[in-house]
Amino acid sequence: MSKTPSRYGALGARDLIIWVMAAVVMLVAPMVFTSSLSVTMLSQMGIAIVACLAYNMLLGQGGMLSFGHAVYSGLGSFVAIHALMAMGNGTFPLPVSLLPLVGGLAGLGFAVLLGFVTTKKAGTTFSMITLGIGELVFAMSLMVPEFFGGEAGVSANRVVGKPVAGISYGPQIQVYYLLAIYTIVCTALMYAFTRTPLGRMLNAVRDNPERVEFTGYNTQRVRYLSFIISGFFAGIAGGMYALNFEIATAEVVGAARSGAYLLFTFLGGATFFFGPIIGAILMILAFVLLSEFTKAWLLYLGMVFLLMVMFAPGGIASLIMMNLRVYKFGKLRGLMGHYAVLLVTSLAAFFGASAMIEMLYHLQLNQALGPVMPFMGVDLNAQTVGSWLAAAALAVVGSAAMLWAVRRFTNRWGEVQSEIEAMIRAKEAAR
Amino acid sequence: MSTTTKYALELKDLRKSFGKTEIIRGTSLVVEPGERVAIIGPNGAGKSTLFNLISGRFGATSGEILLNGQRIDGLAPYEISRMGLARSFQVSNLFNRLSVFENLRCAVLWSMGYKYAFWKFLAGAKDANERAEEVMHMIKLDRRRDALAMNLTYAEQRALEIGITIAGGANVVLLDEPTAGMSRSETARFVNLIREITVGKTLLTVEHDMGVVFGLADKIAVLVYGEVIAYDTPEKVRANERVKEAYLGSVLADQQAAEAGH
Repeated sequence: MSKTPSRYGALGARDLIIWVMAAVVMLVAPMVFTSSLSVTMLSQMGIAIVACLAYNMLLGQGGMLSFGHAVYSGLGSFVAIHALMAMGNGTFPLPVSLLPLVGGLAGLGFAVLLGFVTTKKAGTTFSMITLGIGELVFAMSLMVPEFFGGEAGVSANRVVGKPVAGISYGPQIQVYYLLAIYTIVCTALMYAFTRTPLGRMLNAVRDNPERVEFTGYNTQRVRYLSFIISGFFAGIAGGMYALNFEIATAEVVGAARSGAYLLFTFLGGATFFFGPIIGAILMILAFVLLSEFTKAWLLYLGMVFLLMVMFAPGGIASLIMMNLRVYKFGKLRGLMGHYAVLLVTSLAAFFGASAMIEMLYHLQLNQALGPVMPFMGVDLNAQTVGSWLAAAALAVVGSAAMLWAVRRFTNRWGEVQSEIEAMIRAKEAAR
Repeated sequence: MSTTTKYALELKDLRKSFGKTEIIRGTSLVVEPGERVAIIGPNGAGKSTLFNLISGRFGATSGEILLNGQRIDGLAPYEISRMGLARSFQVSNLFNRLSVFENLRCAVLWSMGYKYAFWKFLAGAKDANERAEEVMHMIKLDRRRDALAMNLTYAEQRALEIGITIAGGANVVLLDEPTAGMSRSETARFVNLIREITVGKTLLTVEHDMGVVFGLADKIAVLVYGEVIAYDTPEKVRANERVKEAYLGSVLADQQAAEAGH
């Protein structure tokens, strides 16, 4: 084997193609999804992508389970919104395009300050301290209305001065493209970080902090520096948020938002760089669309999270990568039948269960509308025994069939993996 | 580095207590540069504790440890590591989710001066990459380059453990039972490997296998209940009455009996 640069992790033509494709997707997306809701969602996705990637520097790359990363994105939002106000009244002459950087610097500053305490310890202690600091900052937000604006929050206007080259950031589409640029640049920078000495040592600290100490690195310093960099990018996401919504309220530093970063980063997949991108897109879809679709959306989200933790702890990204590997070794076709059976049985279980959940919610919340509710194209009467029995039967039979299908699939999957291992070993021996 | 003594490593009346129990009871030892010293002794004699004290994993209760004439007791493991002392572990202590190559690269980065850099790419770290390749070749894991550490066989993990230890180019190397759990043929191969990759280095090793000890060591230190009861060349230690009485007699008799039985 020749000692090409890619052997050591240098970027090749293939990587470049992926990045160009990502940029093109972001450029074209608002031309395909033209409704104002779509553009709003696309903007939010960009913000969430930067936030989740920043969060995953800690979770996936550093093994640091933070329960309070919204502190850094949220304080970034607040500082940015104050900066935007100052830009509006002329006391802070900075182009609005640079507002996310103001948020980033704020995130960095607070990470330098608070991260010093947080990263003293790893593991459970680290998690507990982040939780405490998160609560502390949230409590502060209600105590210091001068900065946090109390219940109403702080708002500002992003249209400052005359348009430059026709760009005023009044229309959402202009904001979207600015956020898209920030998203792709930040993503590229965070990806670059994973290929630097500090980025790699962060992985080593995740895997085995004790051994790292015996290679000359101070693990605490590795964690602290990485935490600061993560805080910077979280702050940029916060600045993007301020620009997009023109308001910051106490909930941007709250535990719910911190929890959302954790939940969706995990769902997307913390073990791969691109996992949090998937998670961030899902986050916006869930918050904006799923919450419109059903009142029980948090319940479904919790169920999905539970199933993921139990069956696919590597998140969606790892599911994709594992199947890609199977595909590369030409074994995916043999699994397709299994996937079809899994899909049908789990859909049956899901429809049965969700019919019951929806009927329950309907009875509790929508009684004024009468007992009949539409569900997936059928009208269910939530007060008849028949509807409940049918839904329960579907749920039970579907679940039983699904469990059977899962067991069958797991066996086959194991066989496929050993076949692949054998192929790899044969290849290594031939080298 | 200025040295006031010619010793690579010096222990002066080292003591370590856990609660009321004194595990290391006034150990003194001097190791000259380039010497290979095997530390032997019955289970619970404090061999691993001694390594943990020297490498900074535990703090000593009293006494001094000098590395190339400089005090290292009380320093953190990473500070001791930077001064040129490396150690391996009895139970493989690897970066499990990183590949063989990445494990070794992580082990060389500090010694190559990359520190906490996040403004340089690893791909451009030519010297570190070459050193990692070199060590990978030395420990004969070239073919497993991209395998994750957790997917290696036991013997491969032991080799990688040693590789990580020596990769940073430390002058003083502590190996904690490097051949533990290996078959006889693996052990023989492994002893050769250790001899090859520690040429010119000061080596301290904890070992139970007497074949390995007498094959590898210039000097043997016998540790019994936290005290060095003998420290000399293998021949003299073998002849030492006190050692025979306390430890070696029974071990040698066992081994001879085992060999006679075959």
